[in-house]
Amino acid sequence: MKPSLEVKIHNLVLKNPVMTASGTFGYGPEFEDFFDPSTLGGIFVKGTTGKLRQGNPYPRMAETPMGMLNAVGLQNKGVDGFINDIYPRIKHYHTNLIVNVSGSTIEEYIEVAEKINSLDHVPAIELNISCPNVKEGGMAFGTSCPSAAAVTRAVREVYQKTLIVKLSPNVTSIAEIAQAVEGEGADAVSVINTLLGMAINAETRRPVLSTVTGGLSGPAIKPVALRMVWQTANAIKIPVIGLGGIMTASDAIEFILAGATAVQVGTANFIDPAVCPKIIEGIEDYLIRHGIDNIKSLISGLNIN
Amino acid sequence: MRKFIHDFHVVENRDLNPGHFVLTLKPDVELTPIFPGQFTEVRVDGSANTFLRRPLSIHDVDYKANTVTLLVQKKGDGTNRLASMKYGETVNLVYPLGNCFHIGSSGERALLVGGGCGVAPLLYLGKVLAKSGIHVTTLMGARTEEYIMEAELYKRYGELLITTEDGKAGTKGYVIHHEIWRERNFSFDRVYTCGPDPMMKAVARLAARHHVPCEVSLEQTMACGVGACLCCVVETNEGNKCTCTDGPVFDPNNLINWL
Ligand SMILES: Cc1cc2nc3c(=O)[nH]c(=O)nc-3n(C[C@H](O)[C@H](O)[C@H](O)COP(=O)(O)OP(=O)(O)OC[C@H]3O[C@@H](n4cnc5c(N)ncnc54)[C@H](O)[C@@H]3O)c2cc1C
Ligand SMILES: Cc1cc2nc3c(=O)[nH]c(=O)nc-3n(C[C@H](O)[C@H](O)[C@H](O)COP(=O)(O)O)c2cc1C
Ligand code: FES
Repeated sequence: MKPSLEVKIHNLVLKNPVMTASGTFGYGPEFEDFFDPSTLGGIFVKGTTGKLRQGNPYPRMAETPMGMLNAVGLQNKGVDGFINDIYPRIKHYHTNLIVNVSGSTIEEYIEVAEKINSLDHVPAIELNISCPNVKEGGMAFGTSCPSAAAVTRAVREVYQKTLIVKLSPNVTSIAEIAQAVEGEGADAVSVINTLLGMAINAETRRPVLSTVTGGLSGPAIKPVALRMVWQTANAIKIPVIGLGGIMTASDAIEFILAGATAVQVGTANFIDPAVCPKIIEGIEDYLIRHGIDNIKSLISGLNIN
Repeated sequence: MRKFIHDFHVVENRDLNPGHFVLTLKPDVELTPIFPGQFTEVRVDGSANTFLRRPLSIHDVDYKANTVTLLVQKKGDGTNRLASMKYGETVNLVYPLGNCFHIGSSGERALLVGGGCGVAPLLYLGKVLAKSGIHVTTLMGARTEEYIMEAELYKRYGELLITTEDGKAGTKGYVIHHEIWRERNFSFDRVYTCGPDPMMKAVARLAARHHVPCEVSLEQTMACGVGACLCCVVETNEGNKCTCTDGPVFDPNNLINWL
């Protein structure tokens, strides 16, 4: 018998626990040549702000050992651009479309959340309070309990569907931030966004990125992400969505064992644009191999003793 | 145009000089149509420091032999690993990526200007232009005679002009110093260029001075190659554009601070 891969995040039913991470999968059409996005558990689309944003100047990317730094800075068409130009092209996907909501002020988060609330085929938003690449805010909200709580509370008041908050790893205690947003009505948390990092070109003695610092992603951050998922899952009751460096099915299983109900795949999409269906298949193979008929029984299944 | 992820086998790995080599690759399946100016993202296995794929231009396509060719400069670990690939080894490609050069109409005269490794996409461009009845002149700039690459291949599709920095072969100086740019010699309808940015900017300005359209092929650093990460942007009149999907070929009139 085929094992069940279905999981639930609040009101969302995911046909499998594999989703794509914001900023790494475009909106879906970019990958249609490689596989059908409807096979995913969900798609987190690119960070969306109140107004169109050009993002940071080039260069925005630096390769690092088993990872990369990015300083894209939330380039996007703005929430109206998303609703008018992009949403019509992706709303037919048979998967959970989740908009990653970003902003510099609480008012901007509210504006975007309210507009997205009206879209029938978007059952959830992910609040990005953890983007290291914009000067005013983003991460500022995600790095202290009072501000993380304030933005969650404000958006919760205007947004009725599933509210996911994406946490920053650039904090002393991620569990405390998770508790703060849970207390304000978040339905789930995503753990983790990128780690703040930096790259220098020794020859030119200049920073590689136009913004000097940027967000580190890829396998390089996986051990940190796993630890944070585990700490967060132990501290809150709402579901944790785990991400950070997932490249294979076994990576995904590790996050689920650490306490994640579902996972997101980010940078791996760049290395293998067809990696997600392989991860889904690999998870199924794992369940069969271990004689597990339902993935839910694997969540927080880490055997410490 | 549909993109694919395929394994290719190395059919040939040929050194051109100490810094450059040509890889000929063959997939198990039939090649999909590829247009001049497009590129591929190559996964470099067996190189610990090479995490991301490497963007490389399509240097040539041979549909009969079912092969694509890449002209590569040894830069860092990734390209040096590719340089060590042996006959029969497998390499994974995502292709064909990006837009392509505009192919004019039969009877046109085209000037193709390449500097250093930037000549890579111009061979296949010359081939397709010549097939379309366009008169091709390739102007190749090399550091020294040793770095003039595959001259005989370019000559198949038209005239080949050369500049070297020491003047031991062809005209002395950079491509922009060649006499072809003088008013009385210049008889082209269109200019295509690929190479270092300063060279392409100078070429684009010369083309503008002669009032002919020009196309430049950019090499911004890339992560995904498919328009998903927004790392490879270039500033244009219409805001930031992705080099991997809106380019790599651009009209320099649309690029900020180019002309
Ligand atoms: C669309 C496109 C087409 C290209 N076509 C060709 C081609 O046909 N032949 C060829 O030899 N090269 C081409 N390049 C450049 C090639 O991708 C880089 O030289 C290569 O990625 C370097 O990899 P590496 O691991 O050897 O060096 P690394 O160790 O990664 O880097 C060595 C040096 O190369 C620079 N570099 C890294 N990536 C790039 C990049 N994407 N563009 C420019 N410089 C870079 C680094 O800043 C560093 O200084 C192209 C680039 C693009 C974007
Ligand atoms: C190029 C790039 C762009 C990103 N853009 C966003 C974004 O807009 N919003 C967001 O919340 N996270 C963004 N992220 C972070 C990812 O969603 C993810 O949290 C992070 O990359 C860690 O996962 P990974 O290691 O699997 O990539 C971006 C990451 C990358 C590499
Ligand atoms: S390389 Fe990712 S968008 Fe161009």
